[in-house]
Amino acid sequence: MTRRQRRLALIGVSGLVLLAAVGLVLSAMRDSIVFFVSPSEIVAQHPAPGTRVRIGGLVKPGSLARGSDLGVRFAVTDGTHDIAVQYRGALPDLFREGQGVVAEGRFEADGRFLADTVLAKHDERYMPREVVEALKKAGRWQEGEAK
Amino acid sequence: MIPELGHYALILALALALVQSIAPFVGALKRDGTLMQLAGSTAVMQFGFVTISFAALTACYVTSDFSVATVFENSNSQMPLIYKVTSVWGNHEGSMLLWVLILSLFGALVALFGGNLPAPLKANVLAVQSWLAAAFYLFILFTSNPFLRLPHPPFEGRDLNPILQDPGLAVHPPLLYLGYVGFSIAFSFAMAALIDGRIDAAWARWVRPWTLAAWTFLTLGIAMGSYWAYYTLGWGGFWFWDPVENASLMPWLAGTALLHSAVVMEKRNALKIWTVLLAILTFSLSLIGTFLVRSGVLTSVHAFANDPLRGVFILAILVAFIGGGLALFAARAPLLKRGGLFAPISREGALILNNLLLTTSCLTVLVGTLYPLALEVATGAKISVGAPFFNLTFVPLFMLLMSAVPFGPLLAWKRGDLAGVTQRLTAAFVLAILGGVATLAAQGAAAGLASLGVGLALFVMTGAVVDLVERTGFLRLSPAAALARARGLPRSAWGTAVAHFGLALTLVGIVAVETWASERIVALKPSQSVALSGYEVTFEGTTDRSGPNYRERVATFTVREGGVVVGVMAPSKRSFRTREMTTSQTALMTRGLSQLYLALGDVERDGAVVVRLYDKPLVLLIWIGAAAMALGGALSLSDRRLRVGAPRPAVRPAIAAE
Repeated sequence: MTRRQRRLALIGVSGLVLLAAVGLVLSAMRDSIVFFVSPSEIVAQHPAPGTRVRIGGLVKPGSLARGSDLGVRFAVTDGTHDIAVQYRGALPDLFREGQGVVAEGRFEADGRFLADTVLAKHDERYMPREVVEALKKAGRWQEGEAK
Repeated sequence: MIPELGHYALILALALALVQSIAPFVGALKRDGTLMQLAGSTAVMQFGFVTISFAALTACYVTSDFSVATVFENSNSQMPLIYKVTSVWGNHEGSMLLWVLILSLFGALVALFGGNLPAPLKANVLAVQSWLAAAFYLFILFTSNPFLRLPHPPFEGRDLNPILQDPGLAVHPPLLYLGYVGFSIAFSFAMAALIDGRIDAAWARWVRPWTLAAWTFLTLGIAMGSYWAYYTLGWGGFWFWDPVENASLMPWLAGTALLHSAVVMEKRNALKIWTVLLAILTFSLSLIGTFLVRSGVLTSVHAFANDPLRGVFILAILVAFIGGGLALFAARAPLLKRGGLFAPISREGALILNNLLLTTSCLTVLVGTLYPLALEVATGAKISVGAPFFNLTFVPLFMLLMSAVPFGPLLAWKRGDLAGVTQRLTAAFVLAILGGVATLAAQGAAAGLASLGVGLALFVMTGAVVDLVERTGFLRLSPAAALARARGLPRSAWGTAVAHFGLALTLVGIVAVETWASERIVALKPSQSVALSGYEVTFEGTTDRSGPNYRERVATFTVREGGVVVGVMAPSKRSFRTREMTTSQTALMTRGLSQLYLALGDVERDGAVVVRLYDKPLVLLIWIGAAAMALGGALSLSDRRLRVGAPRPAVRPAIAAE
C-alpha cells in the first residue's frame, strides 16, 4: 500500500464513522428532544397529545392538591394562563406554591398534562431560566426580582 | 489587611506573568540564554504569589471576615471549619482563583522538573503557559475579584449554598481542575512546537506524562462528581447528561485520545500533526467547559455564576486561545515532518481507530451540549437534550470503541496479524458470548442490550488479562520465569491493562444499575414497612436534631433481610436557617458492591413520610472502575521511562542534533 492509498483508506474510514455519527445525531434529534413552553404558548399552540414538553412557570398558589397514593395535582401559571399538571411521586425539596417550577411530561388525548419529572428552583435566590423567560413573555417579571 | 495582601499578591503575579509572556519568547527567538532562563524563576515566583493570594482568601473565609463581599455571600460563622475552607471555591470568584492556582502550579512544575528540556522549548512552553495565566489573572482582577470589600461589613454571612455543604466539595473541584488545567501543559507544548516548527518523538515523551497526570486527575474528578451527584440529588442517578457534566466529559474523551496518540508518536514517530492538533483541542474543550460553567449560559445545578460581562470576557479568552491555537496550527503544521510508515492492521492502526471513535463520540457530546444554545440563539426555541439523545448517539459509538479495545495492545507495531490476535482472544470471545447468553437466559429477551453490555465488558476484561498473560508468558513459561518477566514488564503495560480492565468494570456497573435496579416510592407511617428485592424496610419514626447551621429531622428505618436485622438507615431533611432552604440527606447501605439507597421525599399528612427506596446492584463498580482507570494512569506514570524528572539518555541524540 502506498502512502496515498493508505491516506485514502484512512479518510474513507473516518468519513464512514463521521457519517454514522451524523446519522445517529440526526435521528436522535428527531425523537429525543424536548421543547420548553410557557402556559400561554400551550394555550395558543395546543401541542398534539403525546408530545413531550417542559412547562415552566410558577406553582399557582392554592392549586396544590394531594390525592391518594402519592398523586399530586397543581397548576403552573405564568400569570396569564394556567395549565393543570398531574404528577405521581415525591416532589422536590424546594417545591412550593408561588415558586418557580418546571414540569416535564406529555399531554394525554383528553388534554390532561401528566408530568413524570418535576424540577423546582435550587435555592431561594435562583430561578430556573426557563421560568424567568415564561414570566417575561407574560409580562409578569420585574428585573432584579431574583437572580 | 489580609484581603488587600491577597489582592496585591495577585496583581504581582499578573506583572510576573506579563514579563514571562514576552521575555522567554524573545529569548527563544534570539537564542538568548539569560532571557530564556528568566521564565523558570518567574514561573516559580508566580506560583508563590498566587499561593499567597489563595492563602489570604482562605484566611478570610476561616476567620469569617464578612467585610469581604464573597465571604459574606458564601460563608457563615456557624459552619464547620471544613466547609469554611471549601466555600473558598464553592463560588465563582474563589473557584477561578483555584483555577489559576493550579495553572501556576503546573507552570512551576514544568520550570522545576523540565531541567532536561531543550532551553528554547522550555522557554516557549513557559511563555505560552504565562499567556494563559495572564489572561485569567486579568479576568479575575477585572470581573471576578474575590477580595472586594463591603462598605458596611455585616455581622453574619449568607451561608454557603446548602447543596454544596458536603465533603464532596472538598475533593471534586480541585481534582477536576487539576485535570482541566493539567491539559494546559499539553497545549503549551503543542504551541511551543508549532512556534519552533519542529517536533520529534522526544516531544511526545515530555508531553505524555503531563497528559497522563492530567487525565488521571480528571478521571478521579469526574468519578467523584458522579458519586457526589448520586448520593446528593436523591434520584439515585449517577450521570445526568447535564451540560456541566458533559463539559468535563469532553476534555476527558479528547484527553484519552491524546494519551493514545502520544504513544504512537513516542514509539513510532508517527501521527505528529494529529497529536499536536489533539493537544490543542483537548485544552480547548477544557476552556469551553470552563466557559460553559462560569459564564452562566446554562441552566443547571452547577451554574452559580450569572454575569454577562464575565461571559463576554471568557468568550474573548476562548476565541483568543482556541482561535489563536488553531490558526497557528494551520499556518505551521505543514512544516512538521511526517514520520513512520505502518500498515492499516497494526498497533498504530488500532490507536487511530481508538482516536477516531473517541473524537467522534466527543463530537456527539459537543453537539448535544451546544445545540440547544445554538438553537435558542438562532430561533428562540428552547429545548432540552437529555439522556435519550446521548443513549442513541454516544453510547453506540462508545460500545463500538470498547469492542476494539482488546485488539489494540495485542497487535504488533507497524504490521499486525489480526487473525493471530483474534485467535489469542479466543478465551475472551468465549467468555463474552457465555456471559451474554447467560444474561439473556436469566433475564429474557428484554435484556438484549444488557447482555450485549455484559458480553462486551467480559470481552474487555478478559482481553486485558490475556494481554498480561501473553506478555509475562504466564502459561507458557515456568512460574518463576513468568514472575521474573512480570517484574520486568514496563509499568505502562500494567497501566494499560489495569485501565482497560477498569473501563470494563465501570461498564458492568452501569449495565447492572440500568438493568437490575429497582425502586419503590411510597408513603409510610411509623412502623409501616416497604419490601424491595428481598429487603424489608420499616419506618421507626423521626427525631429532631440540631446541627451547627441547620436543624435536621432524621427518619430512622430498620432494614431486614429474611427477618434478620441487617442495618439501620437514617436519611434526613436539613433546614438551613440562613438561606431558608431544605436539603435531603440520603442514606446508603453498602452490601458488597451493591447499595440500598433511601431518600426522603416531602412529608405527607398525619406524620407519614414519602420515601424513595432504590436497590442498586453492583453500583459501586461504576466508581471502582473509574478508580482502576486512574490507578492504571498512575501506574503508567510511574514507569521509569516516563517519570517526569528522570534523566533520559535516549533523548540526548535529539538535542545534540539541533
